[in-house]
Amino acid sequence: MDYLDHTTGAPLADTKAPAGPVEQRWDRRRFEAKLVNPANRRKHTVIVVGTGLAGGAAGATLAEQGYHVEQFCYQDSPRRAHSIAAQGGINAAKNYRNDGDSVHRLFYDTVKGGDFRARESNVHRLAEISVEIIDQCVAQGVPFAREYGGLLDTRSFGGVQVSRTFYARGQTGQQLLLGAYQALSRQIAAGTVTMHPRTEMLDLIVVDGRARGIVARDLITGGISTYFADAVVLATGGYGNVFYLSTNAMNSNATAVWRAHRRGAWFANPCFTQIHPTCIPRTGDHQSKLTLMSESLRNDGRIWVPKARGDARPPNEIPDDERDYYLERIYPSFGNLVPRDIASRAAKNVCDEGRGVGPGGQGVYLDFADAIRRMGREKVEEKYGNLFEMYERITAENPYEIPMRIYPAVHYTMGGLWVDYDLQTTIPGLFAIGEANFSDHGANRLGASALMQGLADGYFVLPSTINDYLARGTFDAVGAGHPAVAEAVAEVEDRLNLLLAVGGDRTPDSFHREIGELMWEFGGMARTDEGLRKALDRIPQIREEFWRRIKVPGTGEEFNQSLEKANRVVDYLELAELMCLDALHRTESCGGHFREESRTPDGEAARKDDEFAYAAAWEFTGTGAPPVLHKEDLVFEYVHPTQRSYA
Amino acid sequence: MALGTRTEEKKPSRTDRQPSVIRLFWRSTVGKKAVMAVSGLIMLGYLVAHMMGNLKIFFGADEFNAYGHWLRTMGEPVLHYSWALWLVRVVLLLAVVGHGVAAYQLSRRDIAARPDKYVHRKRRPSYATRTMRWGGIILALFIVWHLLDLTTLTVNENARPGHPYENVVATFSTWYGNVVYIVAMLAVGLHIRHGFWSAAQTLGMGNATRDRVLKTAADGLALLLTAGFLSVPVAVMTGVVS
Amino acid sequence: MKLNLRIWRQKNADTPGAMATYEVDGISSDMSFLEMLDTLNEDLILRGEEPVAFDHDCREGICGACSLVINGDAHGPERTTTCQLHMRSFRDGDTIDVEPWRASAFPVVKDLVVDRSAFDRIIQAGGYISAPTGSAPDAHATPVPKPDADSAFEHAECIGCGACVAACPNGSAMLFTSAKVNHLNVLPQGAPERETRVLDMVAAMDDEGFGGCTLTGECATACPKGIPLPSIAAMNKEWLRATRKVRR
Repeated sequence: MDYLDHTTGAPLADTKAPAGPVEQRWDRRRFEAKLVNPANRRKHTVIVVGTGLAGGAAGATLAEQGYHVEQFCYQDSPRRAHSIAAQGGINAAKNYRNDGDSVHRLFYDTVKGGDFRARESNVHRLAEISVEIIDQCVAQGVPFAREYGGLLDTRSFGGVQVSRTFYARGQTGQQLLLGAYQALSRQIAAGTVTMHPRTEMLDLIVVDGRARGIVARDLITGGISTYFADAVVLATGGYGNVFYLSTNAMNSNATAVWRAHRRGAWFANPCFTQIHPTCIPRTGDHQSKLTLMSESLRNDGRIWVPKARGDARPPNEIPDDERDYYLERIYPSFGNLVPRDIASRAAKNVCDEGRGVGPGGQGVYLDFADAIRRMGREKVEEKYGNLFEMYERITAENPYEIPMRIYPAVHYTMGGLWVDYDLQTTIPGLFAIGEANFSDHGANRLGASALMQGLADGYFVLPSTINDYLARGTFDAVGAGHPAVAEAVAEVEDRLNLLLAVGGDRTPDSFHREIGELMWEFGGMARTDEGLRKALDRIPQIREEFWRRIKVPGTGEEFNQSLEKANRVVDYLELAELMCLDALHRTESCGGHFREESRTPDGEAARKDDEFAYAAAWEFTGTGAPPVLHKEDLVFEYVHPTQRSYA
Repeated sequence: MALGTRTEEKKPSRTDRQPSVIRLFWRSTVGKKAVMAVSGLIMLGYLVAHMMGNLKIFFGADEFNAYGHWLRTMGEPVLHYSWALWLVRVVLLLAVVGHGVAAYQLSRRDIAARPDKYVHRKRRPSYATRTMRWGGIILALFIVWHLLDLTTLTVNENARPGHPYENVVATFSTWYGNVVYIVAMLAVGLHIRHGFWSAAQTLGMGNATRDRVLKTAADGLALLLTAGFLSVPVAVMTGVVS
Repeated sequence: MKLNLRIWRQKNADTPGAMATYEVDGISSDMSFLEMLDTLNEDLILRGEEPVAFDHDCREGICGACSLVINGDAHGPERTTTCQLHMRSFRDGDTIDVEPWRASAFPVVKDLVVDRSAFDRIIQAGGYISAPTGSAPDAHATPVPKPDADSAFEHAECIGCGACVAACPNGSAMLFTSAKVNHLNVLPQGAPERETRVLDMVAAMDDEGFGGCTLTGECATACPKGIPLPSIAAMNKEWLRATRKVRR
């Protein structure tokens, strides 16, 4: 059967969220969940893979509760997880500004911002917890920006009209991550967390239908080991690196979630990817990654392109009436602050019209001349100094004098492993938190909400819900000789050996680049039936070529970065296919998923709620074999779907 | 999560064992540096007094010799003859030994912490570390010579006990006496220049705003002491003092 | 641009290494230094040789993974991380020496990759505030004066790359340790553990075999995040204060 002949299986429902008023559900769930006797907790081992905001917070908190945690990261230190690169801030419904914010408003904004493709119960819980996160982080010593009175400063961020974003200059992610890392370090010192840095999870061990461990490779010695536990938590981030060029870290990858998917965890909404509008444009074929400039720049910068096509004049020589401030023109009430997906698409449109600027016409101006005139250069420097510096370092252009050039880039993936209200995947005992799951952002994530979700999952949600799973089960020791274990290990070893044995003539990077470019062209900012079919046609060919022509030098018994890379590309080559299929089947436009065929008469994205108000959870049936689609219907009791309007 | 359900135990702190202050200082690189800073400042204070005493040579043999005698009678009648001087000598000895041993141990440790050099050698020399280490060794050797020369008079051929003025003139009448002394005093200057500022940092007195003041003070002190000490041999060589 | 590279190659921790010479051509001045090394590695793979191993991840100057000594300078000639160094800082025909961080507390793993886990152990010794999840009071319960908050932030910017150790002729980790001590000790939240934190972290630093500080200032010059040299004096002050307080 062809991959396109996917079948639709039984519908899927979240059975963990209690019924009743949305604002009481989290309380009720926590009350109904069984607890593990404190004295018994140290007898339970939990594996946490990843040490970003979600994983670091979860590992620390589970250990504080008394569990034994085995924690893994591929980096040389848990402090380097890519959460560290988040710039802008973290949302919380504190209403310290008295500007009309509330838990309900954050809930409302998030559901609406997600274009009505998120689960209301989850989003409401997220909004409730947001308040506690700030308290927690301040207690840990996270140096948020403060005002002269000593109280926390906030700013408005990414398309919302209240000032609820807490920040630490342009390095909020770094500061929050270091807070979690320090909490984790405290537990490592106490012996309750055993940390395995430079160790990459390569497969999941499922015994009798439950997740009981992982197979991991020591990246220094190349040794393959198995680790066992009573539950496994994946906090391994998103899969944006499928696109090769993204704002993700070079080694961020989808292997852990994809291996889990192959073992029975369903993958939800893989086509929901976020393209961030304000990244530094690429300079050439050598480009290895893209650098994001915080969205906060849009608070004061004005985005424009020349009115005329192919206008090659330097920006400062183009008079104001020959400039098109297109966001302000098309969306007068939100202007430059429209949500990310809209800003990105608008940039693509003007570039497609031939009005793009910079090398290859793949860029638009983000101009601070007005802001400098209005606030003075000093104020601008105080607010955005480090971002301007970063821009100048990369481009060698001074943004105080020449407008910045920006272009959209893949940034975040809303899709991920399907999880219920307890953040448990379809494999009992396997949990997914943070960007690795699909739960809270629907089809589009609002600015400053990723940090909020990662920490909510890690500090507060998972440590409560995992109790219930552990309390209800009995866990006999899994022997290394169990057939499921031997099979998982053999599969990992065979794959690595095969990669080393091919001895072809193409590098892992060349394949990664090829699949990435294909995905960007056909599965990027705008998708069409025709393009997606082309991609789906091409991906199996690339996969076939990969296994014929890949070249990995060295051996498996040593530090071998080419082998690591090649092994990750194998999974991209399968995941890309599912992303395209998901995008093809969803013939509506919503959030980060834009189908050219589904537009309103004025060209905006047209959602089809009667057909697609569901989360698409895909079941794996074999490499290249048609997957099974399970639909989780989304019910909106509190926020009634409307076509988003930012005009 | 109620606080009552926490099962974690407090980890024993490295400092719960309450070691003695001396062990705490001597075991730590920061503490040992503090020992060096304090002993260095004691020696610096002594050097200032020493230099001022030296300058008395410009007021003639009588005054200089009387000063030399007073050094032994100071503190009388509370203290016995030369007790005060011995007290000073003991404190100085402790300072020198503490400073030297700490410096030796720290240097050994520093060298062990960086066993492999970079293949690409930079032109910028690590001025401070190098001058402090070599300067320290030069100064230690000089102190030995200086004591043998002008205190015990062992190596001073024309020395007469109880006649410090004449002995000083005798020392600086030889070429090697001048060379040894001048080299040592330049080393003193360089050592103080980095050492004073460094001691301030080690004792936690440095901060961004005070940094310039400290650096200027270090430069001033170094210059003053070097010039003061060098004025004597220069005066002997030029015949101002004879 | 065409460049001559001399790169430290070392198979693993137990095998001695040496500098090896490579030539790269067609380098654009817009490339980052690591993209230039990518180019070399792609060539090496196709020629059947082992690519040069080096640590890198975010490539935007914040994760602290990249760690190359370029022409004798940690992170190269500009004050930034290696990943943010661009080839426009070099000229056509240049010979560039690339070496790993050198310190006995940072043993070489392979080629340009070193083991910096000693830094993690320093943090584990006390570089945190004990605030278990759920125990926090409202964030506004304790206002923090802006200058203190700013000072905490400036020290908290440390990315743990280890350039300070690599640049120090004594392989000292004082700047790294002082950054964390000052970040936490200046905040009211950090006050209850103020003394044990500095004593324990300094003891851990010494246990890892880092050298002592001779205040050469090389660390602060190399620091891509601009952690200033007076941080060390501030930590010394905290340490001396702690010895008095802990003893009563």
